[in-house]
Amino acid sequence: MIHSLFLVNSSGDIFLEKHWKSVVSRSVCDYFFEAQERATEPENVPPVIPTPHHYLISVLRHRIYFVAVIQSEVPPLFVIEFLHRVVDTFQDYFGVCTEAAIKDNVVVVYELLEEMLDNGFPLATESNILKELIKPPTILRTMVNTITGSTNVGEQLPTGQLSVVPWRRTGVKYTNNEAYFDVVEEIDVIIDKSGSTITAEIQGVIDACVKLTGMPDLTLSFMNPRLLDDVSFHPCVRFKRWEAERILSFIPPDGNFRLLSYHVSSQNGYPVGYRSLVAIPVYVKHNITFREGSSQGRFDLTLGPKQTMGKGVEAVLVSSQLPRGVLNANLSASQGTYTFDPVTKMLTWDVGKINPQKLPSLKGSMSLQAGASKPDENPSINIQFKIQQMAISGLKVNRLDMYGEKYKPFKGIKYMTKAGKFQVRT
Amino acid sequence: MSASSAFSDEKGGSSSVGEPEYGHDPASGGIFSSDYKRHDDLKEMLDSNKDSLKLEAMKRIVAMIARGKNTSDLFPAVVKNVACKNIEVKKLVYVYLVRYAEEQQDLALLSISTFQRGLKDPNQLIRASALRVLSSIRVTIIVPIMMLAIKEAASDMSPYVRKTAAHAIPKLYSLDPEQKDQLIEVIEKLLADKTTLVAGSVVMAFEEVCPERIDLIHKNYRKLCNLLVDVEEWGQVVIINMLTRYARTQFLNPNLNECLLEEGGESTFYGSDADQDEDEDEDKKDEALSKRKPYVMDPDHRLLLRNTKPLLQSRNAAVVMAVAQLYFHLAPKAEVGVIAKALVRLLRSHSEVQYVVLQNVATMTIKRRGMFEPYLKSFYIRSTDPTQIKVLKLEVLTNLASETNISTILREFQTYIKSMDKDFVAATIQAIGRCATHIGEVRDTCLNGLVQLLSNRDELVVAESVVVIKKLLQMQPEKHSDIIKHMAKLTDNIQVPMARASILWLIGEYCEHVPKIAPDVLRKMAKTFTNEEDIVKLQIINLAAKLYLTNSKQTKLLTQYVLNLAKYDQNYDIRDRARFIRQLIVPTDKCGALSKYAKKLILALKPAPILESPFKDRDHFQLGSLSHLLNTKAGGYQELPDWPQDAPDPSVRNVEVPEWTKCSSREKRKEKKVEKPFYSDSEGESGPTESADSESDSASSSASGSEQSGSGSEESEESEERSDSDEEEEEEEEEYMSLDVLMGTISPSGSLKSYELLHRITGEGLWVEYCFSRQPFLPDPHMVAVQIQFTNSAATEAKSLRLEEAKLQSGMRVKEFPEIEVLPAGESATVVMGVDFCDSTQAANLQLCTHSRKFFVSIQPPVGELMTPSFMTENEFKKEQGQLMGMNEITEKMQLPERCQNEHAIVQRVIAAANLSRVPCGSDKEFAGRTVTSGSLVLVTVATKESGPSQLTINCEKMVIGTMLVKDILLALTQ
Repeated sequence: MIHSLFLVNSSGDIFLEKHWKSVVSRSVCDYFFEAQERATEPENVPPVIPTPHHYLISVLRHRIYFVAVIQSEVPPLFVIEFLHRVVDTFQDYFGVCTEAAIKDNVVVVYELLEEMLDNGFPLATESNILKELIKPPTILRTMVNTITGSTNVGEQLPTGQLSVVPWRRTGVKYTNNEAYFDVVEEIDVIIDKSGSTITAEIQGVIDACVKLTGMPDLTLSFMNPRLLDDVSFHPCVRFKRWEAERILSFIPPDGNFRLLSYHVSSQNGYPVGYRSLVAIPVYVKHNITFREGSSQGRFDLTLGPKQTMGKGVEAVLVSSQLPRGVLNANLSASQGTYTFDPVTKMLTWDVGKINPQKLPSLKGSMSLQAGASKPDENPSINIQFKIQQMAISGLKVNRLDMYGEKYKPFKGIKYMTKAGKFQVRT
Repeated sequence: MSASSAFSDEKGGSSSVGEPEYGHDPASGGIFSSDYKRHDDLKEMLDSNKDSLKLEAMKRIVAMIARGKNTSDLFPAVVKNVACKNIEVKKLVYVYLVRYAEEQQDLALLSISTFQRGLKDPNQLIRASALRVLSSIRVTIIVPIMMLAIKEAASDMSPYVRKTAAHAIPKLYSLDPEQKDQLIEVIEKLLADKTTLVAGSVVMAFEEVCPERIDLIHKNYRKLCNLLVDVEEWGQVVIINMLTRYARTQFLNPNLNECLLEEGGESTFYGSDADQDEDEDEDKKDEALSKRKPYVMDPDHRLLLRNTKPLLQSRNAAVVMAVAQLYFHLAPKAEVGVIAKALVRLLRSHSEVQYVVLQNVATMTIKRRGMFEPYLKSFYIRSTDPTQIKVLKLEVLTNLASETNISTILREFQTYIKSMDKDFVAATIQAIGRCATHIGEVRDTCLNGLVQLLSNRDELVVAESVVVIKKLLQMQPEKHSDIIKHMAKLTDNIQVPMARASILWLIGEYCEHVPKIAPDVLRKMAKTFTNEEDIVKLQIINLAAKLYLTNSKQTKLLTQYVLNLAKYDQNYDIRDRARFIRQLIVPTDKCGALSKYAKKLILALKPAPILESPFKDRDHFQLGSLSHLLNTKAGGYQELPDWPQDAPDPSVRNVEVPEWTKCSSREKRKEKKVEKPFYSDSEGESGPTESADSESDSASSSASGSEQSGSGSEESEESEERSDSDEEEEEEEEEYMSLDVLMGTISPSGSLKSYELLHRITGEGLWVEYCFSRQPFLPDPHMVAVQIQFTNSAATEAKSLRLEEAKLQSGMRVKEFPEIEVLPAGESATVVMGVDFCDSTQAANLQLCTHSRKFFVSIQPPVGELMTPSFMTENEFKKEQGQLMGMNEITEKMQLPERCQNEHAIVQRVIAAANLSRVPCGSDKEFAGRTVTSGSLVLVTVATKESGPSQLTINCEKMVIGTMLVKDILLALTQ
């Protein structure tokens, strides 16, 4: 399936190569570089590039292209998903997935890649299993290995590999037993010029950090499980139980993992009157105009909270790509700071916290290129924010129970709402 | 950092061996900054007897390989270390070996014996990795050794080693395709493996080596379907794709009838111009419809659809896509809709995933628009999307456009036109054009909108609009001469060649509508002819020719002039065209017969272009495949076969020895290794999987201590033999049994279905299932015998297994089994207990206790198990039946499927559903029994007729039991 892998950095250098079958010359990447040149933006490089003898499938993460070389038919998503899994594993091992981190740990990277694929077919991708095979590098372990000459490669077959619970190793022990769950919701919105909502969707995830001794069996129930009608689970969740009782029942992996992700949309599948629309927590008043014949434009933007259930809107950041004709922006912010990059024409305004008594605003004028005609297009405004202690969909965890172990774990749950792709058209 | 490591590198080269400085992290970037040319020091380090030095050297070598540096000259020094004790050194040597063995075949042979030894190691990890490396060395000489190793590993005790064997198969095949036949044998053997660990890998091997041998799948089909949920995600993708192909060859098209109907419906809907044809068509369709038998979905087809559906919830996008394509290609139309939601969810993933998913959605929307219509807004475009995603979303939106939503879509398109991304704007204009051609109502609106765009400041936008307007105008030119006039004016400003060419073509084609303007345009064009692009020049010639034919008075000289200019053009196409046109239109004495028809030739009515989606007809490629994405056949692509006209024999999927039909040999069987799949389990988690797991667990735990090396293969051979004899025995017994059935005296038979009492995950390795053995429970005749099987798959032994009554319904009684004191790891034990269910199907809730834990479990009896067979003659039967009339009689009509028309099948199915005995020599098929607790009679009659529906009658004084039994037997007979 996957023949070879090349890692290419943003300046177009191949800094790592790995082959699982016979060696493919790195000149095959020339086709990739060609495509890269044709694409105006880095993310516009087509993920699948056919070449005379091979196919190149690539993903871009952390400004590194992971280019897989394929020789014959294989579902493209299979390769893409695998490459993302590789990146996730690197991130898990080294904290960050940068060129420097990969170069520093090249041997571990090689050992990982060797375990993850056999003859191009995925072998072990579960991070629990990998960590038993190859221990993640830590400063302490590096020191100890240096002195004692011991290795960070496991000798025994990881227990998970054969068990029916491949995601959890046996013999886990903690002195403090704790289980934390974060409900994080991102709200994706398009609001049109007149302020009406065109689409609104919520993408939620429940991320867990479970540090429990032994083989705990957890059940998590919700106050309003009806909200979750479009979900995807970590393999540990018992699907039948969910289908029957709407309860999440699972033996958790050890450490951090994503328990489930869900999707709530405003348009379909909702019982009328239940919650027919996704609540929009902020509103934007804007007035961005360019006049014909004058080299000035007006810019006026005000933000305000709405439907936040009394919670504060924090870490607000507004950005907008102004038209090419704009030379400079001369604005004044009632709160926070703004920057305008005259090269990329990107206007960013770091607002901070919204105070409902004194709404933040950004006003002023834009200067246009002299003699140029009025720009056709109006910029769209992207907003980021965070609201703590609230899940905008209204999802609430009812209770968490543990079976199978005798001790009492410490349990915690946190809610947060963030702006995902929150876009206002002007 | 680089300076210091470079320093120590240097030191390493010069100073004597054994310095501790070598211990620094080799991958710390030093290697990248220092330029290493000589490898002498590395050789010295590899030759030393200190593991730390060797490790150090290997790390540096691997880092060089990673950078693509050639280190092949170190081969002899490295290969010596293949037997090194240090496991990390060994692993790195393997990496090196696999990379360079192909180039240094002779030297690579030195390492083979080490691997051969490794293959016999008691540690399964070492056996597996030895096989992995051995099979990865691409040296043709060792093909026979590899073959032998694979064969041996395929019958290894450890499923992990068997998985590695499956992985090795395609490696050997690519090295030497001549081994195909032998490899197929191994694949066949591994396909019969019941562990989830092996399933994915062996199907992958099957796909690479012998995808055409679909016959190998038959016997394993149901097992694969049932195991699917538990297979690791990558294996799931491969299996689902393979099963899609399999299903296309084995089952009937579930949409066949609908397809015919649909075609008929659609043609009336769009009002095709040939109305009378349509009627004929419909007649034909009706005929075709009536000829077809009513479609009944094969239960195996249903099984596949049912077992793949939960995987739509997978976190792995590839799995979701695989299930989506399976549903798209195999499911009845009404059920395909479920995939839409899952695919829309994937749109939130990484942009590469979006790219692939959108391509597939685009193809699906052409065939099944309705499926994605509710999700229209999820495809709205954000200014932050990458252009390639925007264009694909636009494609989907265009495909989704219909009379009802077109106004929303057009409003959305209007905002897109103002985007800063000009490529995207151009694509939007094309999309508007396509909407306009497909939906007649909005054609004028679209056209007006596009005409407004002609005054846009951006030339690209204008040019694109012109091209699209040209196509739209071709559909009804007579109405729009003002637009043509407007466009004629544009020739002064617009510079994009394609747009200029389009305008000229329009004016030429419809010069009758603009008789005054056309000659003037030609005049202007003649002036600039020499500076135009080639496509524009060609259109100028065309325009000239058309005007010459319609209005030669005004344009004769102009045409001559243009043709003369063209005659000396640099481009031969233009010279050629000029010569051809001149001959055709200018009458000379020499001219041939053609010039008479010049007008007809050049001004012929031209059909309007059809604006089609580039994704049309892409669905002949399997969705989700690389070939579909590229729209060309990729190497190794397996065509998705068409549905067969008539379904192939479904019985090929039956496994010859349905072991669960016997109860007598059940206990025996459990002790042995079962070779046959266990498909009766509806949970998808079959018993043998578990037993294999526990086996290997015990193997690995004992392996560390004792010498078990050679015995692995022997043992499995033995087990094969045993299973062979087992099979024979079973065959005999089956024959015997069928005789019994014919004579109608059989009592305990039919399928013994196992139910799960305690899941192995909940039970922490303890796995309990129960079945109704249908033996009389000797201590108390009013109790139902329940046979319980404990399997301990945990690593530790389970102690004092017993049952305690928890909350029994009133009247229910339980006779517990004697406590099992110790159940060692990997072992299983069977006990029998009795339950008095009080003739009701209420579950008996019990508490299962081990030495450390308690589990709440419940035993739920199917109604058919609440009775014992009772023997009576036909006369007695008739007499009893006579007394149980009226309210006590329930009659149901049914249509028996073809498969169970014969007597044998009916008898078997009834007896499987309920614990009854057949009344011997009865004219109809009659069965009798008594309920266990109260001893009430249960009489069942199945009356079949040559034609018309069959009839099922049940006489029983317990009406509840009667009604439930009717349902169960009906289900058993009609499925």
